[in-house]
Amino acid sequence: MTSATAEASHPVTVEKKFMQQVMVNTPGETHLEMCIQCGSCGGSCPSAAEMDHTPRSLIALIRAGNFEEVLSSNTPWYCVSCYYCTVRCPQEIHITDVMYTLKRMAVHAGIKDPCAAPDFSKTFVSWVENYGRAFELGLMSMFRLRHDPLGVLRITDMAVGMVSKGRMDLAPKSIKGLKSLKAIIARAKALEVVA
Amino acid sequence: MKYGYFPGCSLERNAAAYDKSARAVAEPLGMEFVEVEDWNCCGATEYISLNLLASYALSARNLAQAVRTDGLGELVAPCSACYLNLTKCDKSMRESPSLAAKVNEALAAGGLSYKPGSMRVRHLLDVIVNDIGFEALRAKVTRPLTGLKVAPFYGCFVARPGYVQFDDTEFPVTLDRLLQALGAEVVDFPLKAQCCGGHMTQISEGMGLEMIRRLVKTADDRGADLIVTICPMCQLNLDAFQGAMNRHFGLNLHVPVLYFTQMMGLAFGLDQAALGIGSELVSSRAALAAIGATPEGEAGGPPKRVKKDDKALPMPAPLVRA
Repeated sequence: MTSATAEASHPVTVEKKFMQQVMVNTPGETHLEMCIQCGSCGGSCPSAAEMDHTPRSLIALIRAGNFEEVLSSNTPWYCVSCYYCTVRCPQEIHITDVMYTLKRMAVHAGIKDPCAAPDFSKTFVSWVENYGRAFELGLMSMFRLRHDPLGVLRITDMAVGMVSKGRMDLAPKSIKGLKSLKAIIARAKALEVVA
Repeated sequence: MKYGYFPGCSLERNAAAYDKSARAVAEPLGMEFVEVEDWNCCGATEYISLNLLASYALSARNLAQAVRTDGLGELVAPCSACYLNLTKCDKSMRESPSLAAKVNEALAAGGLSYKPGSMRVRHLLDVIVNDIGFEALRAKVTRPLTGLKVAPFYGCFVARPGYVQFDDTEFPVTLDRLLQALGAEVVDFPLKAQCCGGHMTQISEGMGLEMIRRLVKTADDRGADLIVTICPMCQLNLDAFQGAMNRHFGLNLHVPVLYFTQMMGLAFGLDQAALGIGSELVSSRAALAAIGATPEGEAGGPPKRVKKDDKALPMPAPLVRA
């Protein structure tokens, strides 16, 4: 299904424009307009208690066109990607994928980070883009030092345990085809359009 | 049977025990793994949070490399996150020709291309349960896990969202049946398909540790000697963060977390070192002593050899229940 079909059945109004943007930016068929506000998503969500808005409320806000409140909400960033809401939604809305879309839209719009999660994603991705592989020690130490320096102490024994068991690399590893990977990523970013 | 093999970043280091044990049990089961050449990170749940097309391109590069490496058309991923991303990429490209064209335009910058649907991505659990089967597994068991109580833990991505569906989204059973085939007693573990918390220990520590507490505490309450997992992220959370969780909640839980391939290797009578047992932070030594498995190396029963120069007091032989 395409945005064209969505637009044909729902003429664009100010309120609907934001909802359609979200749907256009989400791969596959996602009918946010079909949400019946049953709350199965929030009831299934392991992190709902910590969210600014439950997934159900967030969908209501999207439909109301309240993009500022939606994009500055911590809800998408507290989504743990368990896909319970997605498989339980009676309207088959791909809620988890919508959460990913909202994160990308928030970063693209330059919204102030509502929590530490966007920086965690950025730090993770920077290792992947520079080496082609994830680097856990680098990710955890850089991220912790920026956001929770004292928290480093609380995980020191864990980190020591991991290193002593040979479960943590002390330096990042690079793939052989790094140049080609970087070219692929650069082209993909140039092609990416966030509506 | 020959398969393409996608280890992923976790299996290279923090989950090396999973990699080691998967390769160790492949041989007796007649499986051959051909590792994808120069694979890259799948992006976990982080890349897609920032860039959609680049995250698909990352997975598509892996699929293209897999086609180039083995040309067999079947790719096995032991890591649930890699499995999710590879299947998500292939499915999205199959469903949307315009997306597939864009992904291929990006791949072309690196001299690659991928035809959607040309690689069938499968989780290691799927392959072992459906290609090998429980009967063939049973036939390989030389040291049944009799008397060992285990809590099977699936986590999210093998059960959901089900881009490739081989088990139930709410109440999966394949791992339960596999562990029963090995002779273990599977405890009723209602949280078996719940989330381990993913990266939440880093974002909101209290919440992440609470998700871990629920799982470890419930497994313990149900009488499990061990939690058995199929995913490196789940293993990392439940094992490496178990100490931090205990401190946070003032608890003293001790539930070791091993991979299903390690349990298979134990039942096949393989050496513990060859299965990476001992690299878990919550030691499984006491739990495994119940089946007569000790790290010193023995096969099919209690230790047969006593060190001659052992000056320590004699210890009773480990309890073996028939």
